[in-house]
Amino acid sequence: MSLLELRDVKVHFPVRAGIVTNRTVGHVYAVDGVSLSVEAGRTYGLVGESGCGKTTLGRAVLRLVDVTAGEVVLDGTDLATLPAEEMRRFRRRLQMVFQDPLGSLNPRQNIESILAEGMTAHGIGTSNEDRHRRILAILDKVGLPANALSRYPHEFSGGQRQRIGIARALVLEPDVLICDEPVSALDVSIQAQVVNLLEELQDSMGLTYVVIAHDLAVVRHISDVVGVMYLGSLVEEAPSDVLYAAPRHPYTRALMSAVPIPDPDVEDSRERILLTGDLPSPANPPAGCRFHTRCPWKRETRCATERPEMRELADGHRVACHFAEEIAQESPGEITDGNRENLAKSPRA
Amino acid sequence: MSDLDKKQSAPESAAVSEPTALVPGTAEETFLSVRDLKIHFDTDDGLVKSVDGVSFDVRRGKTLGIVGESGSGKSVTSLGIMGLHQKAKVSGEVWLDGENLVTADPDHVRRLRGRKMAMIFQDPLSALHPYYTVGAQITEAYRVHHPVGKKEAKARAVEMLDRVGIPEPAKRFSSYPHEFSGGMRQRAMIAMSLVNNPELLIADEPTTALDVTVQAQILDLIRDLQKEFGSAVIMITHDLGVVAEMADDLLVMYGGRCVERGSAEKVFYEPQHPYTWGLLGSMPRIDREETDRLIPVKGSPPSLINVPDGCAFNPRCPYADVPKDNLTRTVRPELREVGSGHFSACHMSQEERTRIWTEEIAPKL
Repeated sequence: MSLLELRDVKVHFPVRAGIVTNRTVGHVYAVDGVSLSVEAGRTYGLVGESGCGKTTLGRAVLRLVDVTAGEVVLDGTDLATLPAEEMRRFRRRLQMVFQDPLGSLNPRQNIESILAEGMTAHGIGTSNEDRHRRILAILDKVGLPANALSRYPHEFSGGQRQRIGIARALVLEPDVLICDEPVSALDVSIQAQVVNLLEELQDSMGLTYVVIAHDLAVVRHISDVVGVMYLGSLVEEAPSDVLYAAPRHPYTRALMSAVPIPDPDVEDSRERILLTGDLPSPANPPAGCRFHTRCPWKRETRCATERPEMRELADGHRVACHFAEEIAQESPGEITDGNRENLAKSPRA
Repeated sequence: MSDLDKKQSAPESAAVSEPTALVPGTAEETFLSVRDLKIHFDTDDGLVKSVDGVSFDVRRGKTLGIVGESGSGKSVTSLGIMGLHQKAKVSGEVWLDGENLVTADPDHVRRLRGRKMAMIFQDPLSALHPYYTVGAQITEAYRVHHPVGKKEAKARAVEMLDRVGIPEPAKRFSSYPHEFSGGMRQRAMIAMSLVNNPELLIADEPTTALDVTVQAQILDLIRDLQKEFGSAVIMITHDLGVVAEMADDLLVMYGGRCVERGSAEKVFYEPQHPYTWGLLGSMPRIDREETDRLIPVKGSPPSLINVPDGCAFNPRCPYADVPKDNLTRTVRPELREVGSGHFSACHMSQEERTRIWTEEIAPKL
């Protein structure tokens, strides 16, 4: 059974104008109908470009922003409609790791106080000694020395700060960890340390992750299932290896082909699907398929008028495109070792 | 060029490395030669050796990639070439088309800046002035170096905006930077850098702030423009994927020093420095089904005030104990040639490194 389930979640932010009247003149459709489920003990990767709504979705799960419509079901309880006080208690089970570790740690609190604060708030541990013991155990797990406790955030390097951020989430014994760009602020060699740490913690503590990131290579490495978002909705979802071997949505394919690979020979032989233009504004999303304004495979009328639903192509592989099968036949476009040469050129590029 | 040759045969340059005619017989195409460049900053906490003896060449029409982590000195190197450090102690030689910029008159360097060499910065929003329109800024950059009227300069600016792929350039000429999206801003900055047809373009993390699909557009643009104008390009990045795509030659920096240098093929396929191995092992790759753990480099980058004795990488190097007599901790390794135009600064013998790379590292990547 899936531990966390999102059903048609929408987060719309009103756009207000006028000094006296303060009318709502429109909405930013940050998240516009996302359904997905996360299995216990697995990792769900959410990728997409800036402005696609992936961070808002992550925050909506924690109710850090209000959910406009839809259900967020954790272990059978719908969080979207939960009263505030009950939600506060539920939040222990859902914790977040933020992108900027320095910005999310109070510079005037030492590490012990940062870690103990959440425990006190949620009534974890019977006494200060007990909490201290638990904190030490977690510090050891995330690979920080015990003498870190009396130090302050600025005394640590970026990678260590991110370990503190992870420790702060873990002391509350959560079920689900929502990691919003957990490694994108870190150097490459440090990134790998934190990615490995997250994987080790999952193995030893049975954690469930939702990893939000724009780096497709990192997401592929860490996730079991990956969902691709574009302009507020999911366009494709599949088990990690399937998605990367055989992306079916035109946007996913463009996104994958744009990721540079650290290997000059591979780079030389790769064709790139170049997208034209920029992401449309989420306040005024295009009618029909949201991607049709930039899609190299766009077909007359249907793409511009009818919004494609997510439909299942194969076991666990869902895609929101009217013509996914036809496009796949025309130009296989799979990024695997075998057929890299065959990767078809974009009709427009 | 005769001037340059004389300088290069001076003993201290020869110790660093022979001038790199990477392909024999093409040395005359070398447009920029940096020799033993040192950029030190005097701070209250001590002397920060941001760049500590770096040498390289860039050829016309070719791209040199400089990779390294934050604090490795890659950006400081580029600012040093441009002569943009006012409070730093700069020593060494920077030969741009036969002129040594380090000893040249600052006014003269200022006239070269923008015309002969130009720079693209990482964050276009802070590099563009928020108070002036994009067009005004590009026009200004052009008129500083060309004695032309406003009209002519505007025509040139619009032409450049068009060239970098900004739709409706005549209309966008009067937009402010905040009205542009991230990708458009980066295009506008490229237009500004290229308005004087510079022969050397330094791109400092030009796509780090951008999404991958926009990054692909910008890299494509830089490559097209390079082909068109035949400029030499220095591409500074931490993303090995970007350099694999763009660079002909590669320079790997660590702790203010160059640890490996060579053609992109050599550095990617026969890397000869443990730090380069570490970088390659740390990068998850999108085209691999590998589910094994990544191989990170342990520890964190050194402080540039207290660069470790000996090899700067020794506290993090898994092979620090391979060379005898504690050599890695006491003696700073020199860059040594390990193949044609391929240099590495490591105390291990070439046989040892080749064995470790082929037997231990490469199979796990």
